[in-house]
Amino acid sequence: MFDRRLVHYFDWGLLGLTIIFGFVGILILYSAVMAGTPGPQKMLCIKQLVWYFIGLVAMVISFLFNYKMLERWAHAIYAICIMLLIAVLFFGSYAGGAKRWLILGPVSIQPSEMVKIAVIIILARYYSKHANIGGLTLRELITPLIFTLIPFVLIVNQPDLGTAILLILIAGSMTVFVKIEKRSYIYITAFCSISIPVIWFLLKEYQKQRILTFLNPDRDPLGAGYHIIQSKIAVGSGMIFGKGFLQGTQNILAFLPEQHTDFIFSVLAEEWGFIGSLIALLFFLLLVVRGLTIAYGCRDTFGTILAGGITILIFWQIVINIGMVMGLMPVVGVPLPFISYGGSSIITVMICIGILMNISMRRFLIE
Amino acid sequence: MGEYLKTADSDWFKQRLIVVMYCVIAAFVVLICRLFYLQVIEGEEFRRLSENNCIRLQSIDPQRGLIYDRNRVLLVDNRPSFDLSIILKDAKPVDDTVEKLSGYIKVPADVLMSKIKKCKGISIYKPFLLKRDIGRDALAAIEAHKYDLPGIKINVRPRRHYINRQIAAHLIGYLSKISSDELKSGKYPACRSGDFIGKFGVEKAYGAYLRGKRGGRQVEVNATGQVVRILRTVDAWPGHNIYLTIDLKLQQKAEKLLEGVAGAIAAIDPATGEILALASSPSFDQNSFVNGMSHKQWHALVSNRFRPMENKAVQGEYPPASIYKIVTAIAGLEEGIINNNTTFYCSGHYKFGDRDFRCWKKRGHGNVDVVRALAESCDVFFYQLGQKLGIDRLAWYAKACGLGAPAGIKLDQEASGLIPTAAWKKRRTGIAWLQGETLSVAIGQGYNLVSPLQMLVLTSAVANGGIRYKPLILKTIETSEGKIISDDSLHTKRKITGKLPASRQTLEIVKKGLWQAVNVRKGTARIARIDGIAISGKTGTAQVVGRQQDEDSDEEDRAFHLKPHAWFVAFAPSDDPKIAVVVIVEHGEHGSTTAAPIARELIRTYLGKLET
Repeated sequence: MFDRRLVHYFDWGLLGLTIIFGFVGILILYSAVMAGTPGPQKMLCIKQLVWYFIGLVAMVISFLFNYKMLERWAHAIYAICIMLLIAVLFFGSYAGGAKRWLILGPVSIQPSEMVKIAVIIILARYYSKHANIGGLTLRELITPLIFTLIPFVLIVNQPDLGTAILLILIAGSMTVFVKIEKRSYIYITAFCSISIPVIWFLLKEYQKQRILTFLNPDRDPLGAGYHIIQSKIAVGSGMIFGKGFLQGTQNILAFLPEQHTDFIFSVLAEEWGFIGSLIALLFFLLLVVRGLTIAYGCRDTFGTILAGGITILIFWQIVINIGMVMGLMPVVGVPLPFISYGGSSIITVMICIGILMNISMRRFLIE
Repeated sequence: MGEYLKTADSDWFKQRLIVVMYCVIAAFVVLICRLFYLQVIEGEEFRRLSENNCIRLQSIDPQRGLIYDRNRVLLVDNRPSFDLSIILKDAKPVDDTVEKLSGYIKVPADVLMSKIKKCKGISIYKPFLLKRDIGRDALAAIEAHKYDLPGIKINVRPRRHYINRQIAAHLIGYLSKISSDELKSGKYPACRSGDFIGKFGVEKAYGAYLRGKRGGRQVEVNATGQVVRILRTVDAWPGHNIYLTIDLKLQQKAEKLLEGVAGAIAAIDPATGEILALASSPSFDQNSFVNGMSHKQWHALVSNRFRPMENKAVQGEYPPASIYKIVTAIAGLEEGIINNNTTFYCSGHYKFGDRDFRCWKKRGHGNVDVVRALAESCDVFFYQLGQKLGIDRLAWYAKACGLGAPAGIKLDQEASGLIPTAAWKKRRTGIAWLQGETLSVAIGQGYNLVSPLQMLVLTSAVANGGIRYKPLILKTIETSEGKIISDDSLHTKRKITGKLPASRQTLEIVKKGLWQAVNVRKGTARIARIDGIAISGKTGTAQVVGRQQDEDSDEEDRAFHLKPHAWFVAFAPSDDPKIAVVVIVEHGEHGSTTAAPIARELIRTYLGKLET
């Protein structure tokens, strides 16, 4: 039943990377929660370990079936994810001023994480049918725009600006990757340059303030601006060799509110220094390059675009998160793949890896 | 053929992927360059900043909004409190510093040390509060020896001050430290542990407006914790000022009249629904909540059998007693069961079934019409009227008069009272309604429960021609610069909540009865009469039944708790009402002798003040 060639073409390199990341992730999380304030946080390491194993199972499930099935299921997967997002609207639980989680028995899930994959799959399906050398026309862009805007609006309302922007970035990058007609570019640019000032004019004062602060955290010296300073001090003070495992003083003092989730890279940089951070970055680069290679090696359009889209997702999360920690990007709640604490984030990344493996090992299979 | 050439095939995508690859590598190069800049080029500087942990945040507390009365007399303000705290990391050697400190603030060093040792979990980098409000003398001493006392910090924080002790305490409410449950609830997103929030009264109901917005400073400190440089400052926004509808003079009079008894007074402007006074006795000192009280003090306050923490005017529920006869009279007149000429005979008691229902006047009132029945509070008249109306019609009128539901004052825990119906009793007890119970209900006994505020709104509606206004406690809210804030959710505007189910003619009859109660010889509220001011009113004496007594309460105590509550509602001047008043004195025995004089004095104060 199971094709032996699948084992032969299995992407061991990708599995190796995943395991290394899992190991490093737990190590850094351990430092982030053990060194900081005492309390129930210590349990997070064990919880994260459990999430990794659940993630591994999700990964295995994601490569067992032929990825071409995803093309057929694209609409169903998308519909389920949208329904979960709507469910969050009604039954979601509040935490930190936002309604992002669905409580299902003992676990709480974050449907906005899953919806990213659903959007990638449905766009891959659509673009695989419409991609052409001339590029996508405006008319062909309407459907993908709707596919993206529905979850975007739902996520913005939670509110989770970070994930919503990430969604737009992923969809946008995928579309550019597939190529847009030159004429369409001109129209889009013209439309944006007219509509953005109009929208800005229509926004309420506090919304403008929020966007300005988002773009320039210095405007909020007691909140995001302060976090960025502390984060930069943490990263910079690591110097070349770092302060050593469990020795980060910024980390110990818990100056960053999200040091085990969004700001976890600062813990790595402080304790492992430039050398450790550089190695981590190179491993991340390796992961992205591996993803692109899989897209390169794939022979059908759907697979190529799907692998490309998933790699783009991982790429943006890495760049936005690390960029934010180093003060290059706005402060948004985007988790660092594999490293940041969070069940939904880990499982999403593992599913992504699973799908990449799926595409990779079936590249030579012809039905 | 042409179409085929245009299709994007694998080779075409491969070319595009190579471009993507370049973009990815470029992005990573940027990240690595930034990393190199932060860690290698600027690393030294950041290491220095991290070692002392130099960049800290200091909070700037906002001034909480002030509270005034309707004539702009200040009721609540803030005064500076000098809070002493210590940053353990900077205060080395700690023993030495504390030793010196104890001399200046006159607290033994070992007390301070044990306080520090007790809090194990505290961060050595964060200020730890040693003593609140050290006073100006200690402040001067510490400031003079500042360089001798590393790591010692004095924070000036505004602290709530209630100027008139115990006056309008239940209305204004108080501030107290936020609890960990409240912090977790998510209702106070801007608050931190140690902050004070409104816990009761206006301080709570309008807390969001009074609070203001916290500011802060990003500062760089040196190794001893002294601020070297202020990097950034965000100013605090003061809270909004609140002008209440109460009149301080009238409020003080009300509190004075209630001295020594448990009970409540409320007064309202019948033309607007503005509350002019709202007093509940016994009262409590709001400042003790801000200053923090001992466990013993707190226990004494909450276990006091006269319930000082309850706003009896709003939260209290009592049988309405004879005041309810206003409702029964309206129902009878409106349903056409009686008119102003209908008389019933009162022989001093009324036999119904196998029970004998007595009138308070043993000798009986003889033939009485509705006006006299109200004026002299004839029970037998209303027994017969109630019997003819039946419980459900009576309940409908009571509810239409605003009873059995909160009047809508913007204060916590407003009582809704209880208006019984046959269906309610069946549901509640499983026993069918007995005809005889209707008779008790008709004179305001039985299951009926009302709050003084509901009775006040009812009286005010009778006075103003039938309009029930929402009781307002807020005249305006202004920003600290004096700009008036208008928002419907503030409850500052006159708002009609309903109308009495009574025609003008019916109300005239009822008003005549209430006028006679005070102004004719046999009226039950004759004691409330003042020369020169026409007052209308209605007395009530609420029987207390079935109150569970503590085992250990003594005989005298038990006797006290069986005494009836004394009620009185009134409005004046009768023809052009400017004020309506409700008075309840718990276990005050007779409305006519205990409650009516209180209302009289309050009205005298208010109308006397209006004239001058």
